[in-house]
Amino acid sequence: MAITPPSERIWWRQPIAKIELIWIVVAFLWGLTMFFMMIYWHGAGEQNLSNEAYKIKPQRFAEHAQKMIDEYQVGEEAGFPVVHPPPGSDVYLIARLWQWWPILELEKDQSYRLHMSSMDWQHGFSLQPININVQVHPGYDMVVTVKPDKAGEFGVVCNEFCGIGHHTMVGKIYVVE
Amino acid sequence: MSKLFDYRTCPTTGLRVDRAAEKLIKANAVAAVVFLAIGGFFGLTVALTRWPAVHFLPADWFYLALTAHGFDVLLVWIIFFEMAVLYFASAILLNSRLAGPKWAWAGFALMLSGALITNVVVLQGQSSVMFTSYVPMMAEPPFYLGIILFAVGALIGCGVFFGTLVIAKREKTYEGSIPLVTFGALTAAIIAVFTIASGAIILIPTFLWSIGLVGHIDPLVYKTIWWAMGHSSQQINVAAHVAVWYAIAAMVFGAKPLSEKVSRMAFLMYILFLQLASAHHMLVEPGISSEWKIFNTSYAMYLAVLGSMVHGMTVPGSIEAAQRARGLTKGMFEWLRKAPWGNPAFAGMFMSLVFFGFIGGISGVVMGTEQINLIMHNTLYVPGHFHGTVVAGTTLAFMAITYILVPLIFRRELVMKKVARWQPYVFGIGVAGISIFMMGAGTLGVARRHWDMTFADAVLPFDYPSAAYLMMGLNGIFAIMAALGGVMYVVVVVGSVFFGKKLAEDEKPEYPEVPPESAAVSHYGSAETLKIPGTAFLVGIFFVAFVLYYFVNWKYLSEIWPLS
Repeated sequence: MAITPPSERIWWRQPIAKIELIWIVVAFLWGLTMFFMMIYWHGAGEQNLSNEAYKIKPQRFAEHAQKMIDEYQVGEEAGFPVVHPPPGSDVYLIARLWQWWPILELEKDQSYRLHMSSMDWQHGFSLQPININVQVHPGYDMVVTVKPDKAGEFGVVCNEFCGIGHHTMVGKIYVVE
Repeated sequence: MSKLFDYRTCPTTGLRVDRAAEKLIKANAVAAVVFLAIGGFFGLTVALTRWPAVHFLPADWFYLALTAHGFDVLLVWIIFFEMAVLYFASAILLNSRLAGPKWAWAGFALMLSGALITNVVVLQGQSSVMFTSYVPMMAEPPFYLGIILFAVGALIGCGVFFGTLVIAKREKTYEGSIPLVTFGALTAAIIAVFTIASGAIILIPTFLWSIGLVGHIDPLVYKTIWWAMGHSSQQINVAAHVAVWYAIAAMVFGAKPLSEKVSRMAFLMYILFLQLASAHHMLVEPGISSEWKIFNTSYAMYLAVLGSMVHGMTVPGSIEAAQRARGLTKGMFEWLRKAPWGNPAFAGMFMSLVFFGFIGGISGVVMGTEQINLIMHNTLYVPGHFHGTVVAGTTLAFMAITYILVPLIFRRELVMKKVARWQPYVFGIGVAGISIFMMGAGTLGVARRHWDMTFADAVLPFDYPSAAYLMMGLNGIFAIMAALGGVMYVVVVVGSVFFGKKLAEDEKPEYPEVPPESAAVSHYGSAETLKIPGTAFLVGIFFVAFVLYYFVNWKYLSEIWPLS
């Protein structure tokens, strides 16, 4: 029994039942499949994080964002600037207690280098309803190249707990044709 | 030379039971159940708050309750119970005295005071930072101090366990190798040492930071090392509850491992690879290379997953073999149909096995896939997954073995046997529901650790789809069911410990049933003729479900915006 010492002292010499062996081989091969699937997707798939990131002071990141807002602001909504940066450009999204700043307006099927960083605590960038989720840290500028392929209005929810106002932290991204 | 120690002889097993070990098992088990009750209560309030139609707690209380819930059940309940399991698997199963009972008591006292300190400081309201306490969000200094004390206490407990193994070996209290269950407990203890070391490396500087002696803690470094504790501690659970599965299979059926070699190798895979799981929490963090993510998140090519998949076959396989040896050979499933479903130890253990594999296991591997994590990270899918592993898996298994331990160790008959009989079903199905509906809500994007999914107070509006509301309502209903199961457990255990009929010194309790020796199966050498078609069929279903679900999620991933 499993609660008593093995009845055969040289238990490691005992043969393994065929059915166990088969399962071990199947499970091992399945593990390899899943392992190589991740590598395969880096080549063949379209959804990969670049892992490009830089250390940055929050203030410096805010300056970049402000510059973008000053140059490309096209409107205002509920106190948030709405910004329409040119396709292919560097786009900045500030996470802070408790806002995603500013509102971005992107063009469908165009690529943007989206920079994200936090001014204070950690935040979670959760783009809805598509469900893309990325962690945003203070002191790190994370760069993700995004290419929106559907037009519409998208919510940016914060899904990392960031204090008492966490549940009010909602931002917006518009994708226009 | 064996030293004299105070013991009694167990009428069921014939083993000598060290009274010092027995007392420590009792103390740790009781503390565990108390914190389960507290943490479970907080959990219920959390689930009721997340039920949009009920929205029970105000925001500040919600975040407080969620912090307390995570700490009390994920850490305190489970580690206290694991201490009981460690002492049982060493001193009792090895027929030995416990090494340094005084040290064990010191460890217990540290754990208890640490748990109390952190609970009090959380309840004071200034440390609602979640169990993970990600920097730079700061809790009050005692929050970290309590966790550190608790961890040091647990480390001492592991030391006592290792010491007991040494004593038992030296005093030759057993023949040959240690039992498989003890080997599983050893696995858990080794992982625990790694876990606690990681915790110390990050929490001690964080504590110093909270009192102003350290200037800056890097949030990315914090997260990487914190999860070397946070996730590895869940791997202690896995090793411990797998050991519990084997123990219950042995105690209820007299089941013998199909192959000692295979089962021990599977545990070895845990020791070697499970610690890499910190990466599961780092898949969408800035600046971490994909090579690092892929290697670590897959436990080096899924070798630890391989370990779990092996246990997933060998545990039910050993039960099937034992049942068939007893003559239940009709068709594929007579052995399972005629299993003692009214015995809460078996019912809990078997559900734990099934839920851990199908719900917790598959979802964990899928979510831990580098790219797929993008569509799940920090959504409710995450707690959905780990309620499948830690609650439906670990907690249910621990509850199940309690029904055996209370008569064996506390020497009391169970009270309210009818309640005990239904308890695993009520709790198990409740938790399975919680897991599934949270995963469903997460798939629809609902954020975890979030007070208000309607965003009523937000400046910019956003609405989740209505299906998400349905999911959260169902989650609330199943949480009530699980809480009821939890109450049933606490009532039966506390009732039995204090008011159960005392067993006479030589009286055998109802459980474990201790099957006749002839039932012990798969005598070695029978490996070529071993027949476990039922288990093979169940494992086949599991495999198909795994593969399908895995690729369905790649399909979901391929539908989001292209990212690079």
